[in-house]
Amino acid sequence: MPKLVAMRAVSKVFADGTLALDQMSLEVETGEFLSLLGPSGCGKSTALRLMAGLAEPSSGVVERPSGGGIGFVFQEPTLMPWQTVFGNVFLPLKLRGFSKAEVRERVMDGLQSVGLADFAHSYPRQLSGGMKMRVSIARALVTRPSLLLMDEPFAALDEITRHKLNDDLLALWRRSGLTIVFVTHSVFESAFLSSRIVVMRPRPGRVFRELAISQPAQRGADYRVSESYRADCQLVSEALQGAISAAGN
Amino acid sequence: MPPAPRPAGISARQRMLQIFVPLLALGFGLVVWQWIVWAYEIPRYILPGPADTAIALLTDSATLWPALLVTLRITFMALAMAMVGGVFLAVIIVQSRWLELALSPYTVILQVTPIIAIAPLILIYAPDTQTALMICAFLVAFFPILSNMIQGLKSVDHHLIDLFELYGASRWQSLVYLRLPASLPFLMVGLRIAGGLSLIAAVVAEFAAGSAGQGSGLAFRLIEAQYRLNLPRMFAALVLLCGAGIAIYGLTSFVAWLALRRWHESAVRREG
Ligand SMILES: Nc1ncnc2c1ncn2[C@@H]1O[C@H](COP(=O)(O)OP(=O)(O)OP(=O)(O)O)[C@@H](O)[C@H]1O
Ligand SMILES: [Mg+2]
Repeated sequence: MPKLVAMRAVSKVFADGTLALDQMSLEVETGEFLSLLGPSGCGKSTALRLMAGLAEPSSGVVERPSGGGIGFVFQEPTLMPWQTVFGNVFLPLKLRGFSKAEVRERVMDGLQSVGLADFAHSYPRQLSGGMKMRVSIARALVTRPSLLLMDEPFAALDEITRHKLNDDLLALWRRSGLTIVFVTHSVFESAFLSSRIVVMRPRPGRVFRELAISQPAQRGADYRVSESYRADCQLVSEALQGAISAAGN
Repeated sequence: MPPAPRPAGISARQRMLQIFVPLLALGFGLVVWQWIVWAYEIPRYILPGPADTAIALLTDSATLWPALLVTLRITFMALAMAMVGGVFLAVIIVQSRWLELALSPYTVILQVTPIIAIAPLILIYAPDTQTALMICAFLVAFFPILSNMIQGLKSVDHHLIDLFELYGASRWQSLVYLRLPASLPFLMVGLRIAGGLSLIAAVVAEFAAGSAGQGSGLAFRLIEAQYRLNLPRMFAALVLLCGAGIAIYGLTSFVAWLALRRWHESAVRREG
């Protein structure tokens, strides 16, 4: 598998001296669904921002696709409150010089695919938390990126909504051949979604263990109660426990 | 029996009351004022009643109305210049921390010195009184707009800044599509403060100017009436100034509402 992103011995020290990442190496393969799992403060967001080019490494190199083929979904929906849902999803295209008329259909298709076509003219304040998150996802996908980076996108949602969006995301990933890097601190979410899980440990942040996850073709509601999913969760959970107890060494 | 839906009339009635109670109280005050003037037979060169004031408003309209227009013109011109200047300078200042530091002594000096104290100096340097008054009103209106706008430009959501960077937005695009709209609520706060202040400054500076002649504003008419002990006219001028203040407040609030009504919490009714 060709590499889409590679972090080689990357360290990140913040201005206040915090060592967020220490000699972290990680490769993201084209087409995989990779989850970054780890306790709070272990540097997941930092790693994701480095992959997106939103921050520069203090040492080491980050190789990533050039030419802006990256979509980013922040932990918060991060919508512009003064723009409609349509305007928010249109933004990445507007910044690339497209006119509204040129891409109206493309934006509407994007809204359609997250089930929000009827809300194109609503303002973010009129939407629920889950709907805002879906707008944010539609915006990240509207440029048809090859790489989608997601930072705990569903952390603030209720379980039902979260499961629904998990299913939608998996379907999208299957359909599109997208590469996804998904940050989470939920064992269950990572085991459900990923083809590979990278468990990170804190203080200082680095890769603790990598786990390949079995991938049945269908992962629906049945799979959530299946034995193999339970076994995966157990495995991931143990790895996470190990990462937490390794902290500070 | 199902619980009766709350009649819609209640909120409508409450809204009516919200308008009528203040009006009623105001009317009551006027009646008491008029009654005192009548009952104690106070001559109108000592305390004119509301009726005398109203009559003065009509009979002196030839001097008062043009004066009102002059004062309003100064106020609004100053406000408009302050808006343009304040936003423009704020945008420039936030480009560089050093520029902000370098300009800070000047902004502080101009801001903390009472305008009434600078007015005589400005009156000397300005080509004519009108210009001087406009400069005074401008200086006073400028700072609330500048400082609120700077605050607004600096308060943009960092995630949104990241988003714009991710999509390779140019400086100009970030300014137009992100920083300016995001600071609109702050700018509107500045505008509402500046509106009231610029009227005050226009009046105060004209007190300092005290010059006679054509094109005088309401403040000069007020002083003129004072010299002549023409109290009804003084009251009439005060009524006009008060009306101008209310109108400016209403107008700036309306502009703020227009700008923010679709999205900002301050302009959107909270639904329970
Ligand atoms: N801008 C910053 N300045 C200084 N320290 C920072 C900054 N951003 C993050 N850190 C520190 O870097 C470490 C990693 O932070 P990061 O946000 O990447 O963690 P995370 O794994 O995403 O945590 P969470 O799951 O809580 O989001 C933390 O110790 C944090 O305090
Ligand atoms: Mg994080």
